Amino acid sequence: MADAEVPQRTRSRTDPATAFTYAPAPESRAIVDLRSSYGLFIDGVFVDGSGSGFKTINPATEEVLAQVAEATEADVDRAVRAARKAFRSWSRMKGSERGKYLFRIARIIQERARELAVLESLDNGKPIRESRDVDVPTVAAHFFYYAGWADKLEFALPEGRNGGGDPRPLGVAGQVIPWNFPLLMLAWKIAPALACGNTVVLKPAETTPLTALLFAEICQQADLPPGVVNIVTGAGETGRAVVGHPDVDKVAFTGSTEVGRAIARSVAGTSKKVTLELGGKAANIVFDDAPIDQAVEGIVNGIFFNQGHVCCAGSRLLVQESIAEDVLHRLKRRMKTLRVGDPLDKNTDIGAINSAEQLTRIRELSEIGEQEGAGRWSPACDLPDRGFWFPPTIFTGVSQAHRIAREEIFGPVLSVITFRTPKEAVEKANNTPYGLSAGIWSDKGSRILWVASQLRAGVVWSNTFNRFDPASPFGGYKESGYGREGGRHGLEGYLR
Amino acid sequence: MTTGPLTLSAAGLDSVSEATSSDAALRRFLHGLPGVDQVGAEQRAATLSTRSIKTTAKQFAIDLAIRMVDLTTLEGQDTPGKVRALCAKAVHPDPADQTCPATAAVCVYPDMVAVAKQALGSSGVHVASVATAFPSGRAALPVKLADTRDAVAAGADEIDMVIDRGAFLSGRYLQVFDEIVAVREACERPDGSRAHLKVIFETGELQTYDNVRRASWLAMLAGAHFIKTSTGKVQPAATLPVTLVMLEAVRDFREATGQMVGVKPAGGIRSSKDAIRYLVTVNEIAGPDWLDPDWFRFGASTLLNDLLMQRTKLLTGRYSGPDYFTLD
Repeated sequence: MADAEVPQRTRSRTDPATAFTYAPAPESRAIVDLRSSYGLFIDGVFVDGSGSGFKTINPATEEVLAQVAEATEADVDRAVRAARKAFRSWSRMKGSERGKYLFRIARIIQERARELAVLESLDNGKPIRESRDVDVPTVAAHFFYYAGWADKLEFALPEGRNGGGDPRPLGVAGQVIPWNFPLLMLAWKIAPALACGNTVVLKPAETTPLTALLFAEICQQADLPPGVVNIVTGAGETGRAVVGHPDVDKVAFTGSTEVGRAIARSVAGTSKKVTLELGGKAANIVFDDAPIDQAVEGIVNGIFFNQGHVCCAGSRLLVQESIAEDVLHRLKRRMKTLRVGDPLDKNTDIGAINSAEQLTRIRELSEIGEQEGAGRWSPACDLPDRGFWFPPTIFTGVSQAHRIAREEIFGPVLSVITFRTPKEAVEKANNTPYGLSAGIWSDKGSRILWVASQLRAGVVWSNTFNRFDPASPFGGYKESGYGREGGRHGLEGYLR
Repeated sequence: MTTGPLTLSAAGLDSVSEATSSDAALRRFLHGLPGVDQVGAEQRAATLSTRSIKTTAKQFAIDLAIRMVDLTTLEGQDTPGKVRALCAKAVHPDPADQTCPATAAVCVYPDMVAVAKQALGSSGVHVASVATAFPSGRAALPVKLADTRDAVAAGADEIDMVIDRGAFLSGRYLQVFDEIVAVREACERPDGSRAHLKVIFETGELQTYDNVRRASWLAMLAGAHFIKTSTGKVQPAATLPVTLVMLEAVRDFREATGQMVGVKPAGGIRSSKDAIRYLVTVNEIAGPDWLDPDWFRFGASTLLNDLLMQRTKLLTGRYSGPDYFTLD
């Protein structure tokens, strides 16, 4: 063994001058031209809303960013009429022409990427590293991808399937999206709808409307015909008006299972087509032969990416008992290096919780976890005084009977559950009302394939987590919803 | 010393002598180490590369990087004159600024050690020498050991040996282990002290991250003071993901045994930006204890001048041309 001889030139490592602390590296806000108030985007122009309007704030500081219009039922009706009028010419346009518009939008998104990323981080609270490196590039990729499909729809789907053989657009799509990936969810909704020849009325989330309104400007910049894309801002009432409008042919919703149920009820008995992408409680399964350091990385990415505000977050860690202690030790060590704070600092790993309301829910469920007897642990981290913050947290000793193992927390909170055999891992992973995603960590290919085939989840990642590609379909089983977004399957929901 | 639940026994090891009792035992142990997923390791390295190091942190990092450089010349055309010039540069990298720290060491071939030793005098800059039929390692063991003893006798403070990649790749792990132990013995000086031993894997020839992890543990079990990526003579030389896997290994080894081992990426690190990425990786993977020339080195030559240029820019606000810095 090496003798632990201490070389002569050691110096004190407790000296603060020699510590490698990263100086602040803030991204400039100057690139964003924030207006004090925003209207609704209807028929290619910005107009005032009839509602009383509301404010959108920066969740990291609680500063008011802008005043946003609120769309009433009458405003939504105007938007749907504009979309209907535009549908006549847009649906008859050659696919290659529609594709040109989508390519143009994709290129402008790339050109204005920095601006979009900064605005997304300001309004949503997610770290600039994520909005810059994940959200915005993926948004552009989705538009490029569906731009390519616009003139190839007859080859997209097998004969006899929705849109197979003789694909035709549905008409006007009413789309309601959540606050966790404001721009990415907009891209998932608008890109396939437009490629297939539909027109849209989209309602962004109440707390994160700004990038959707900047996207409206991009539509103007791309000379998109008026009425093809309409953006109406507001809260639940506005969303209900969009979904319930009689002239909407298709409803696409991403959000909570509770709201998804209400939507499913409201459209029951109508001719509207629906796709729902709802909550999740994904199992991230780590076997004893996993590449352990990368598995720890995948666990961190699975639950702390975007503060855990991810429907497909790996919020349940299922770890094989024989390595549970080692994995937890490594996980805690890794969590100590996570940097929580200013979302606009390029070195921030975990940003702000999106709203006071969401923070309250995360706190409540965490307290329930403690009452249920699970062991709670967070690394020491200084949280800013203003804004909404929650430290990265894990609960150990969780069992299937605990509420924190069943309910979606939608925050940076991980429940750790152990298992003994692959069969037990599969049983526990599937033992949930949800079924959106799952992760498998193993160096054994045959095991990965077997487990993946047993899991009832729309997306299964192996030896990675939270990877998105426009060519890959995404969607759920059971209470995680129905329909798929992304890939060829993503076209099905917008064709008849 | 922090010890997690990972102990020698958790690492599948009751004692080093048990793991190294036979080829089969050593293979069992090395192949029992958790695998490395290539995609995941490279992704992690890429994410660490997006850290943005500015102002005071950048100043700290650049001075630290200069202090970590093993300033290297390993050419067939090396002469005493060239080596003396290199030593002068190592002691005062920036003659225009006496506050600039010296490099950790110079790294030369064995026949140049005496020249370097004399040129460096009492400056505190170490002399590192490559040995063991560097870079290929294709020579009989007695020749490699003689090579090592020769460098140590000439005054080398540190020996950079190469492992027998042929033996490693054909699964003769015990042979590789025994050679490292023998070279380590050859590092002993008459007064009982020892030259420090750095073990070069030539990761460009080992190719897989699993092999890099196994080689790391093999060398650490054999008593390496440092583990080093490459000779600089084979492409790819040092890469960030390879270094990351080695940093994970020294981190885990300390948890298992309480002993610290150093890491040295060598070859292909040319810019300050690259060097800072390595320091960020050291900081976040192995931990701040390794942010010290005793535990981390860069094997480099052109890197030093880029560090000096960046340093001058931070101090003066102006970026000077290459002619404001000395060639060697």
